[in-house]
Amino acid sequence: MSAAIEDVVTEAPAVEAVPKRAMTLGSGTSLVVVLLLLVVPLLVKNFIIFQMTMLLIYGLAVLALNILTGGSGQFSLGQSAFYAIGAYTSAILMEHFDVNYALTLPIAGVLCFGAGFLFGQPALRLSGVYLALATFALATAMPQLLKLGYFEKWTGGVQGLVVTKPDAPFGLPMSQDMWLYYFTLVVTIAIYVFSVNLLRSRSGRAFMAIRDNEIAASAMGVDVALYKTLAFGVSAGITGVAGGLGAITVQFVAPDSYTITLAISLFLGMVVGGVGWLPGSIIGSAFIIFVPNIAEGISKGLSGAVFGVLLFLVIYLVPHGARQFAMVAHNLIGKVRRN
Amino acid sequence: MTAMLNIKDLRSYYGQVQALHGLSFALNEGSLTTLLGANGAGKTTTLRAICNMVRSTGAIEFDGSSLMGRSTESIVRLGIAHVPQGRGTFTSLTVEENLQLGAISRRDRAGIIADIERMYGYFPVLKERYTQQAGTLSGGEQQMLAVARALMLKPRLMLLDEPSFGLAPLIVRDLFKILGRINREEKVTILVVEQNAQLALELADQAHVIETGRIVMSGGAKEIANNEDVRKSYLGY
Amino acid sequence: MELFTNQILAGISTGAIYACMALAVVMIYQAIDHLNFAQGEMAMFSTFISWQMMQWGVPYWLAFVLTLIFSFIAGIAIERVLFKPLAKAPILTNVAGFIALYSIINSCAGLIWDFTIKQYPTPFGSAPFLGSQLISTHQAGMIGITLLMLLGLFFFFQYTRMGLAMRAAAAMPESARLVGINTSWMIALGWGMAAAIGSVAGMMIAPVVFLEPNMMLGVLIYGFAAAVLGGLTSPFGAVVGGFLVGIFENLVGTYIPGVGNELKLPIALALIITVLVIKPAGLFGRPIVKRV
Repeated sequence: MSAAIEDVVTEAPAVEAVPKRAMTLGSGTSLVVVLLLLVVPLLVKNFIIFQMTMLLIYGLAVLALNILTGGSGQFSLGQSAFYAIGAYTSAILMEHFDVNYALTLPIAGVLCFGAGFLFGQPALRLSGVYLALATFALATAMPQLLKLGYFEKWTGGVQGLVVTKPDAPFGLPMSQDMWLYYFTLVVTIAIYVFSVNLLRSRSGRAFMAIRDNEIAASAMGVDVALYKTLAFGVSAGITGVAGGLGAITVQFVAPDSYTITLAISLFLGMVVGGVGWLPGSIIGSAFIIFVPNIAEGISKGLSGAVFGVLLFLVIYLVPHGARQFAMVAHNLIGKVRRN
Repeated sequence: MTAMLNIKDLRSYYGQVQALHGLSFALNEGSLTTLLGANGAGKTTTLRAICNMVRSTGAIEFDGSSLMGRSTESIVRLGIAHVPQGRGTFTSLTVEENLQLGAISRRDRAGIIADIERMYGYFPVLKERYTQQAGTLSGGEQQMLAVARALMLKPRLMLLDEPSFGLAPLIVRDLFKILGRINREEKVTILVVEQNAQLALELADQAHVIETGRIVMSGGAKEIANNEDVRKSYLGY
Repeated sequence: MELFTNQILAGISTGAIYACMALAVVMIYQAIDHLNFAQGEMAMFSTFISWQMMQWGVPYWLAFVLTLIFSFIAGIAIERVLFKPLAKAPILTNVAGFIALYSIINSCAGLIWDFTIKQYPTPFGSAPFLGSQLISTHQAGMIGITLLMLLGLFFFFQYTRMGLAMRAAAAMPESARLVGINTSWMIALGWGMAAAIGSVAGMMIAPVVFLEPNMMLGVLIYGFAAAVLGGLTSPFGAVVGGFLVGIFENLVGTYIPGVGNELKLPIALALIITVLVIKPAGLFGRPIVKRV
């Protein structure tokens, strides 16, 4: 027993630390998941393919938030704003400038990276609840900015923009929906691999050092300001790509699709999937897509209440979200193997 | 003399780490007792355990009734004042508000006002600074404020955790004199944890030595001070 | 010049709305060190309760008082049941809790009372106040009530033992327990008071913005902006911040071309970020000290 322990300051950390190893899946499990994602669309109807595409897109957006929060310990209730910027970038480029849909995505990503990096500057000075506040304000302000008269020529104002759905290239014999799904899948896997590597890299270690103890990190020579804004930028960039994909898939952008409700959904997806556990993003995404559908099926306007109640249940009963189930499953498998 | 505080087989834990390993001792009413021990021996933990600020098992009885499982604030309301390490000053509030907070569990308005005046008698410097934010006081002044705040409770037992910490030697002498007066004149039983063993043994009438979470020696302060081992380990001669 | 003074007057009257809300925000921040994102929704729900009572024929002021009591108790109940178990959890968990509460209340209000907008009465009438076209009797009444609440809170915190105990518990919980304060109940009390103040804000605001489940979102953002501007630790600052934000909003709308009603929320956003970056403690707040 040392005096150091007696003196421990009992202040709650912003985010509970997640060990780096625990942030990803083993290679065997990954393979099974990828196989499933490849095969299932061949067997189901177009509408389900559409939903699976959305699953991947929201999965990306949740992943982006996860990098920010689980990785660097910063909050954001404003992801819907970056999602909106990405969506509008793709839509405007495609409809007004005839840019190929695939090319709009990197542009959306870069633009959002810039926007996130810039927003990260003031966010640097803020932590915890203040950051949540600033991003909350960002999310509520975004739809109004999009409705602005100045930009109406491009954004279509309140009406929004209709986006044309791309055909499968090279005369491939598949429906538009199915093509878009595989296209999204490729983008998603690429970004997922990038994210995993990012978190394993020097930058990733810097993020986590900041998350666990900012002051100690800066004392070790981590450029806290740079890495915090970088985390914001990367997160916003990925969210922007997701937004662009979303615009193409839904074929429509309008200010009121990107309200605080979307930001809350993404936040919820992260908590449900497990903060800091990247594979959980897809589980969180499934949650935010299917739960409202089921709830609205029971009664209109019920989805908010169901969301809220489930969110409370998650934070009380399984504070680590889906990761907790994964850990339990992992331990069980380990036990079975040993016997 | 009757035992006012009786501790038996106290075991305390910080998470998985056990800090006290079956510690037992008793305090007599009116005594001034010091707990000695090296860094990390468990002195602070003992005080925290009495006020249920750390998870513990065992028995702690105050005036014959158990303190185990009671909330910190209800233990304090029984008349046990605890001046924690780092003094626990309400830095954003004024000196006078700090004193009023000490008496927050009392109902006798007139008595409180009189007691505040009495504290200003013990510590005249506090009177000079009564509208000042407590955070702006010097370390020594803050320690006096902490003691005064504890006394505002009209405690029967006062627990002090390293009152000399970070203070200039002269100020420590003054402070200890006042503690002695409080013990004699106000009949407050005092349990003080100190690094400065020499000073503590001069002041106290009883002493206990803690090592790795257990009492290894108990007795009168004089007798402990003359003990060969204690002299070597804690007094340095 | 006349336009300028008129706009200031108009700003003060909208500012009263924000000041009301900011008071509730500061109240809860003082008690729990968090911003309650569900604060606006709680106020909205309370306002619906009062509306419902009036629909049942309860006279205005009786409904007003009953709603205050209801909100106070509901605030305490929410803390005891939902947030007390989260007291030691990371900030993220608490934010998730507020968001969950926000969703639940918003959704329930919609389920019970529908999402259509409803007229809400004012006890002060809506005639021009003292012959001025810019400020109505309702707005004057609202300013009066806000100032009254501020005065009440000031006396409560400065001159009562309970107020002192609440301040102590918020500032240094561990020390507060060591002088015998039940800090856990102080937090619950803070929730109750914040909910009650929020309900007054809701009932004052509803005649202006009309009653509907989403009525408070914009107001809450402005309330946050006002609280941040005035300093999250100062009720007085919150009220001043509220009036300043109202004035600022009106002046910007008048003198900067192209900034109309549609830019309301972005203005609040810009204001929040600017203040947080330049002077995080706000105009009247005490500086935030970060502990290592």
